Amino acid sequence: MTQTPDGPHPAQGGGRPRGAVVLEAHGLTKHFKVRSRPQRGRRRTRSTVHACEDVDLVLRAGQVTAVVGESGCGKTTVARMLAQLTKPTRGTITLAGEPVTGRGLRAYRRTVQIVFQDPFASLNPVHSVRYHLSRPLRIHKRARGAREVNAAVDALLSRVKLDPPGQFADKLPHELSGGQRQRVAIARALAAGPAVLLADEPVSMLDVSIRLGVLNLLGELRDVEGLAILYVTHDIASARYFSDTMTVMYAGRVVESGPSLEVTDNPAHPYTQLLLDAAPDPERPGPQAIEARGSAPSLIAPPSGCRFHPRCPHAMPVCAERQPPDMPVGEGRVAACWLRHANDKDAINTPTAGNLPA
Amino acid sequence: MSAPAGPGASADEPVLEIRGLCVDYGRGAQATHAVIDADLALHRGEVLGLAGESGSGKSTLAYGATRLLRQPGIITGGSVLFRPGASRPDIVVDILDASPQTLRSLRWRDVAIVFQSAMNSLNPVLSVQAQLTDTLAAHLPDAAKGERRERAAELLELVGISPDRLRSFPHELSGGMKQRVMIALALALDPQVVIMDEPTTALDVVTQRQIVEQVIRLRDRLGFSVLFITHDLSLLIEMADIIAIMYAGRIVESAPARRLFRAPRHPYTAALLDSFPSLHGPPRVLTGIPGSPPDMRNLPPGCPFAPRCRYALPRCTREIPGLASPAIASDRRRLVACWLHEERELPGELAMPEPDGPPCAPLPIAPESPGGSR
Repeated sequence: MTQTPDGPHPAQGGGRPRGAVVLEAHGLTKHFKVRSRPQRGRRRTRSTVHACEDVDLVLRAGQVTAVVGESGCGKTTVARMLAQLTKPTRGTITLAGEPVTGRGLRAYRRTVQIVFQDPFASLNPVHSVRYHLSRPLRIHKRARGAREVNAAVDALLSRVKLDPPGQFADKLPHELSGGQRQRVAIARALAAGPAVLLADEPVSMLDVSIRLGVLNLLGELRDVEGLAILYVTHDIASARYFSDTMTVMYAGRVVESGPSLEVTDNPAHPYTQLLLDAAPDPERPGPQAIEARGSAPSLIAPPSGCRFHPRCPHAMPVCAERQPPDMPVGEGRVAACWLRHANDKDAINTPTAGNLPA
Repeated sequence: MSAPAGPGASADEPVLEIRGLCVDYGRGAQATHAVIDADLALHRGEVLGLAGESGSGKSTLAYGATRLLRQPGIITGGSVLFRPGASRPDIVVDILDASPQTLRSLRWRDVAIVFQSAMNSLNPVLSVQAQLTDTLAAHLPDAAKGERRERAAELLELVGISPDRLRSFPHELSGGMKQRVMIALALALDPQVVIMDEPTTALDVVTQRQIVEQVIRLRDRLGFSVLFITHDLSLLIEMADIIAIMYAGRIVESAPARRLFRAPRHPYTAALLDSFPSLHGPPRVLTGIPGSPPDMRNLPPGCPFAPRCRYALPRCTREIPGLASPAIASDRRRLVACWLHEERELPGELAMPEPDGPPCAPLPIAPESPGGSR
């Protein structure tokens, strides 16, 4: 399939209707085995980092799904597993209904592409923009011959708003600003003609004033071309702005998921509340102190029960004993929190100090 | 150099005053003007926030003002006046003019710095205690060893770290704890001015919030002044008393935090405020700022923001506006560098009424938890 600079872009979502499930993960788990070096007087120890446990995620055509959490919560590990850069310990990934086996990687990459966090590191400093974009075009056989490839490169640059393309195609990465580099990285991902774009903190390395430009570009790809986008971020305000659905992760587990506006306007999990309270917010109406203290736990020996219970202002005895199940808390929303457990509702103290709705 | 202050010296004079500071990188025709004619006044007990994009010169300004610039940075003009105040009321020190001895005694004891990326600022092969007592030994040579150790423990407690962490090495601490140790180090000699260069940039939001709360709490308790440098304007609005916005090496607007937020007067400030998605209300499309931050080696003539400014006038591309009090402002601490304020008609976005009430909202402080940070 070739692209002409002026013709309409082929339907990148593979003709899937908006809202159709493209990529789905179920019970995705990753344990990293680590070995400490033998030290004097101590034996070599083996341990396991529980980076990611039982993560369910659905990416739909024409929608942005955000994964929000602090560093070390496993959000990048999820993106890497979905990109098949990391092999899951357990769990299944299905692409358009077909289970993904780990074979036929090139066909998979034609549909699922990733954009990395740091555009200063993800582009090769000795190659031009044209080279970066023509490689995937050739590898995925989307253009043949110099003329076709050059036309496709120009079309890609226009799609990421690097206009006029002729001005950018022969530049080297160091001649571009951070925002322009990230646009090239997005164009490179688009070159394979994917239906799914995995964006791992795509704007966190960019200046504030140009972040929105890149997010709006991704939003346009979603709206116009029907791409399914995974947006991994630590910035819950940008996730609220940009994503349709949101999954909040803490210490390797999903604590809450649902439509973005509902999750941020009416959080059901105390950790989501903490993230919102901690985010800088000039419009915050009154004084509001952060309740939960301390920091994220070690993933080598994660806390028993709910992993958030040592920091949770509403923790109850049951929280330390058993992992809370996913409780439905509204249309398309789930929260993994004992406070939301309907059967036990009378038996537990509903929060009074916090602003979580009881 | 020390000189007796004039009869006008009073309590509300700024503790640190930067006047017309210019910093270049390189010499001669190839020089890049990184900071151009910057004026800033830091008052006693205030938090002054300095915000700007990367490359706007905010760190260079701080390092220039403390004479910590590395080659090829050169200070080409201006003065930086430090007034010790009550302890030495008649003294004004021009830091840019000070002798090496004056400078050595002034740094850390009067003006301390928390550097960017605490992760790399601590010595990895020395324990926390060694790094704290080392500083105390260098500046207070008369103190006994035991006293120094006690003071080190006291400092850690001050920033919310249990003193049994004294023997820890930096790699045994979390990022937030390392940043707290850096703050403890800066406060070791009870400075009057603490300069913090992006102290929370590499940290998670929750940790960032805890550190910021800690800084404000310590400021309330110890009464030092803070120059807080960051690219995160939304954070500054919550914590700073006064905010100065830098663009392309110049300060383009400064005002009390709430007023800057509610009624920006410079198009860049307004556009920057509009670049942060809100956590409330129905989502609306934000556009960010078109174009890229300027190349400091090749600045346009006239106002450096003119190429990205939606209100640019023909005059903006020729003449550089100076920092002045705009006609519309009722606050004497409001300064803005923009030609629009000399026009008869001001765009509505830049003509918002000044908000009433206290000029700055205090940061909510959580009750200090027993045991401090874990």
